Amino acid sequence: MIVYQVYKGVSTIHNYVIGGTPMSTRIPLPYSPKVLELFKNPKNLGKTDDATVVESAGSPACGDMIKLYIKIRSEGNRDVVEKSSFESYGCAANIAAASILTELINGKSLDEAWRISWKQVSDELGGLPPIKYHCSILAVGALKRAVRAYYSNRNKPPWLPQDLTLEEKQVLEEEEMIERYYRSMKAIVGELK
Amino acid sequence: MRISSKVRELLKEHGRPAREIYFDLENGVWVPREVVEAMLPFFNERGYGHPSVTHKPGWEALEEVYLAKELVAETIGAVDPDDISFTHSGTEANNLAILGFTAKKDNRRRGGKIVLSAIEHLSVIFPAEHASELFGLRVQRVPVDEYGFVDPELFKYYVDKDTVLVSIQLVNHEIGAVQKLKEIIDVAKSINPNVVFHTDAADAYGWIPIDVERLGVDMLTISSHKVHGPRGVGALYVRNGVLLEPPLKGQLSVEKLWPGVENVPLIAGFRKAVEISFKDFENRVSYVKALRDKLMNGIVSTVPEVLVNGPLNELRAANNVNVSFLRVEGEALTVELSLHGIYASSGSACSSRILEPSHVLLAIGRKHEEAHGSILFKLSKHHGESDIDYTLETIPKAVERLRAISSWKSD
Repeated sequence: MIVYQVYKGVSTIHNYVIGGTPMSTRIPLPYSPKVLELFKNPKNLGKTDDATVVESAGSPACGDMIKLYIKIRSEGNRDVVEKSSFESYGCAANIAAASILTELINGKSLDEAWRISWKQVSDELGGLPPIKYHCSILAVGALKRAVRAYYSNRNKPPWLPQDLTLEEKQVLEEEEMIERYYRSMKAIVGELK
Repeated sequence: MRISSKVRELLKEHGRPAREIYFDLENGVWVPREVVEAMLPFFNERGYGHPSVTHKPGWEALEEVYLAKELVAETIGAVDPDDISFTHSGTEANNLAILGFTAKKDNRRRGGKIVLSAIEHLSVIFPAEHASELFGLRVQRVPVDEYGFVDPELFKYYVDKDTVLVSIQLVNHEIGAVQKLKEIIDVAKSINPNVVFHTDAADAYGWIPIDVERLGVDMLTISSHKVHGPRGVGALYVRNGVLLEPPLKGQLSVEKLWPGVENVPLIAGFRKAVEISFKDFENRVSYVKALRDKLMNGIVSTVPEVLVNGPLNELRAANNVNVSFLRVEGEALTVELSLHGIYASSGSACSSRILEPSHVLLAIGRKHEEAHGSILFKLSKHHGESDIDYTLETIPKAVERLRAISSWKSD
């Protein structure tokens, strides 16, 4: 069978890798008007040139990627988000989630920003459809990465946990899943050569 | 908040675009007035009876069901109108073919393998996998090349004495690849004359000539909505001598393989749609082909970083345009286009239940990020040159706006 599996490109290899896993079928997406409103007119869109930290979560292969630009200033022992902005590759909900997150964190201390949960982001968007929860998880995941990056060469504040939060774990899992897929495809192609 | 209220608010925020063009004929359909009018009498004037009951409204229904069977049979070269079974969708017709065939014990006695292509419609793949679980059959999927073609030379290695059923599409629903089906069927039958060959011709019907006798196919699926008929009618041609077990159980009527009362108004609409489609077949197809090329060439020449999915020229169905825009996600693009009154669909993961992009696009070798940016347009004679012009004006702006938002930048 190996002969046929190298045949013209990847389709057999694809079948081989994902095997009998379920395939995509459509699902209704009753977005709230807030999602559409922010999709049409996103707030805080684009680069922030003088950002203190820039972090992203997700990847093109995953189908969604949020990049956050955060400018942080220190006020005594508080670190405050002076300005934040975003870029988002992904669905309408993904764009809206990134947009609302920047609105939520602007002017907040990092301590307060850290405590924003994916559920809160979803609620602010009028309740995302459950299949789209991962959009708010991705936005919060990117934020948490940015906060950790900020403190990577500074004194860690006591509120910053050592262990990864739910959102961070989920983001990692999504990123690793797709990497594993392409690694195993490569391995199979390599084996057959 | 109730889902209905939420969606109503969403629609209010969306607004009604000044101009609307429906290109999503894969997933839905816009039904022309004359087809709607052909259905109306059957709701309350005539033929509203049960076609197997002995009274006037019943016989009127029976007449209409047979008029439709006879017409459909004629358009696919089937000798006997009774070889046509109406179901309530193309999905049901495919289920009837795969599950109906495998549920019949005698059909499984000879062996245990079903062969499909890698790019079949889910209504073929899922029933085959289900049959595999129920009856212990093996399912093999033949790979396709980068355009979506099954190579008959490769295919022959998949058919053996154990193969009982093969199902390969005549035209692919997403990328419009027109298979060399006659050759593939001949290969299957020459290796194992007992193989029963099914083809999902939902996307071929009304677009390329079909003759079941010339093809030598045993079962063939068609769907009303793909010829501008109403949703809710499908049909399966089953060659005389191929025996199926009805997968649904209940009272049979005219249809011996699909229980439940025939949906006579919709069948009447389907008949009208078929009549219209076959009246001016060649002119219509060449008209739509010109629109297709205009749209496809226009997109490729005005938008950078675009891939065409599927074959080109005569190997592609006349109504199919499928392109991937890199650095934008397809679901977001369908929303953006919708705001401009252009309605199309995407094979992106974001519009799917399990966040996995189209298996068809992956099977032709598209990477995930390429599949995520795919948009499918299905054209018909109801589209005009100016619709294409408007679409070609809108797409570059829509893609540009989303690329400006996108965090995936050009290298």
